[in-house]
Amino acid sequence: MDPSPIVEIAGLNHWFGKDAARKQALFDISLQLKRGSFTVLMGPSGSGKTTLLTLIGCLRAVQDGQLLLLGHELRGADNATLVRMRRQLGFIFQAHNLHESLTARQNVMVGAQVHPAVPDDLASRAAEHLLGLVGLAERVDYLPANLSGGQKQRVAVARALVGGPALLLADEPTAALDKDSAAEVIDLFRRLGAARGMTTLLVTHDNRILDRADRILTLEDGRIVADETRRGH
Amino acid sequence: MSRLLQRLLGRLPIGWLQLTHNRMRFAAALVGVAFANVLVFVQLGIMNSMGTAVLKPYSFFQADVMISAADANGLTDGGNVARQWMLQALADPDVTDGMGLIIGNTPWDRPDIDISLTTFGVDPAKPGFLAPEIAAEAHLLQVRDAALIDRLARGIRRDEAASIRPQSPLRFETQGRTLTAYSTFAGGGGFGGDGYMIVSDQTFLSLLPSRRSTAPDHILLKLRPGADVPAVVARLHRLISDPGLRIRSYANAAQEELTYQQTKRPTGVIFGFGVLIGVLVGLVIVYQVLSSDVADHLREYATFKAMGYGPGFFFGIVLEEALILGVLGFLPGVTIGASILTLMGKVTTLPLAVTPGMAVTVFVGTVVFSALSGAIATRRLAAADPADLF
Ligand SMILES: Nc1ncnc2c1ncn2[C@@H]1O[C@H](COP(=O)(O)OP(=O)(O)OP(=O)(O)O)[C@@H](O)[C@H]1O
Ligand SMILES: [Mg+2]
Repeated sequence: MDPSPIVEIAGLNHWFGKDAARKQALFDISLQLKRGSFTVLMGPSGSGKTTLLTLIGCLRAVQDGQLLLLGHELRGADNATLVRMRRQLGFIFQAHNLHESLTARQNVMVGAQVHPAVPDDLASRAAEHLLGLVGLAERVDYLPANLSGGQKQRVAVARALVGGPALLLADEPTAALDKDSAAEVIDLFRRLGAARGMTTLLVTHDNRILDRADRILTLEDGRIVADETRRGH
Repeated sequence: MSRLLQRLLGRLPIGWLQLTHNRMRFAAALVGVAFANVLVFVQLGIMNSMGTAVLKPYSFFQADVMISAADANGLTDGGNVARQWMLQALADPDVTDGMGLIIGNTPWDRPDIDISLTTFGVDPAKPGFLAPEIAAEAHLLQVRDAALIDRLARGIRRDEAASIRPQSPLRFETQGRTLTAYSTFAGGGGFGGDGYMIVSDQTFLSLLPSRRSTAPDHILLKLRPGADVPAVVARLHRLISDPGLRIRSYANAAQEELTYQQTKRPTGVIFGFGVLIGVLVGLVIVYQVLSSDVADHLREYATFKAMGYGPGFFFGIVLEEALILGVLGFLPGVTIGASILTLMGKVTTLPLAVTPGMAVTVFVGTVVFSALSGAIATRRLAAADPADLF
């Protein structure tokens, strides 16, 4: 495996608002994520977890500091580059954000076909395979409206993974789920991620996930205040 | 349909799936587009038939140059022209013949309906000025009170018209005289009258004694074959000392009347405006549907953006939706439009129909304007910010 870190951040600052309303959300963040690692990001509400995730995820422009993603400098990158970089990533949001008009299969296909020239039949088979892995083999042609909350989030997991992302970014993916569904979903991308050598960065407060993390980062008021690497993983 | 689109697009037909997801809204959108199409078809049909109707009487005659009064915007419009100008015009070496054309309206009280025929008084000794179909019967007009009548006129039964022959003429009373129709020609009801009638200038003057043969409505001129019409027209302007007269080639006169009727007369302007309204209605409907559809799916679009889809992808979806609405709205639009025009044509005997040219124009217009609406609606996509998803 490529030994260089997948994410390298040094002296990253971020502000929201303009002039008098300008408020700093991240202060001098420096960190590296090893390939294949499973890292949990914790911290109180408003500490900047989501902000950091959206910066790494190429969803916001880097204002100050260095952010290398897969060896590419994101600061000053143009929009087209950011769009292209995102295809290397998988996102799982708090809400499933499935397209209501598309079946489970079609939702996952959209994830596969973001890579140019993936033919329909290949995307369809990949979608079916992934949905099988998340335990929805029987529901591939259901619309989201006919799936439970946990099932929808599992479709979202399949959609995030089908493109074979190098880095999976998830922001409280289990917050909207009951305990059992949450456990299922977490198990899923722990297992599937490990099998694919995928790096995972996940924001959560869920203790069961903390137990499984390789590393736990804690943010407070926009600063990293703790960085704990777990042995035995 | 979904599979066909998938083939065509080379990707999931997201626009189609999105549009058809809400069936009621989809149906309402199609009804809207179809309605706009019908509006445009009916207006265009009327405008078209107006064009045909305006040009119809010009087809009864054959001439190269027409001299009319200054205020004559059309064949049946404006004052008279002194016959002396015809004699002046004949002095030009390229002018070979001339005929005065007198025009008036003849009321005809039929048993079931009272109609009015636009009547032309011509010189039966000069059949060269008449269209072949009419010229062939011109000799019949030599007889006093003889007439050729329009077999397509409103209020005349087709079988009744078909039985009119020199051996079995139709006699009828008008203006206190008895006219005898020995034959017929194909005219048709227009916007101004119910049909046409052609009589000799002698008969015409006895029907309308207030008119004088020395002052016809128009003067028709024939030129030597191969003559340069614009050059002759220019010479005639110099030759004829009344500067107010309109001297034009016959073809130009017809074209100018068409333009006048369609752009200067209230009826023409209203129908033209109707087309505009139809186009605007369609534009607004498609825009409304697409922009609210985009607004309803901002979260999904933001998600797609986060996944790495670029602006072209979203533009493609909205364009796909626009084209689906345009094409599927056009089909009922053209069907209903054609039915309405056919029905209106039956009732009015105006030449109302959806012509292939019209159908193509409206189809292309619908697709182009739908795409345009879609393009405007994509501006809302900017509001889908993937950073807001978390
Ligand atoms: N779009 C924005 N505009 C202005 N300020 C923002 C914006 N997004 C976040 N902030 C501010 O930046 C700081 C960090 O917010 P962020 O969403 O990263 O926190 P968080 O750790 O994810 O919190 P939570 O656990 O509640 O999700 C907060 O003070 C927040 O108010
Ligand atoms: Mg957050």
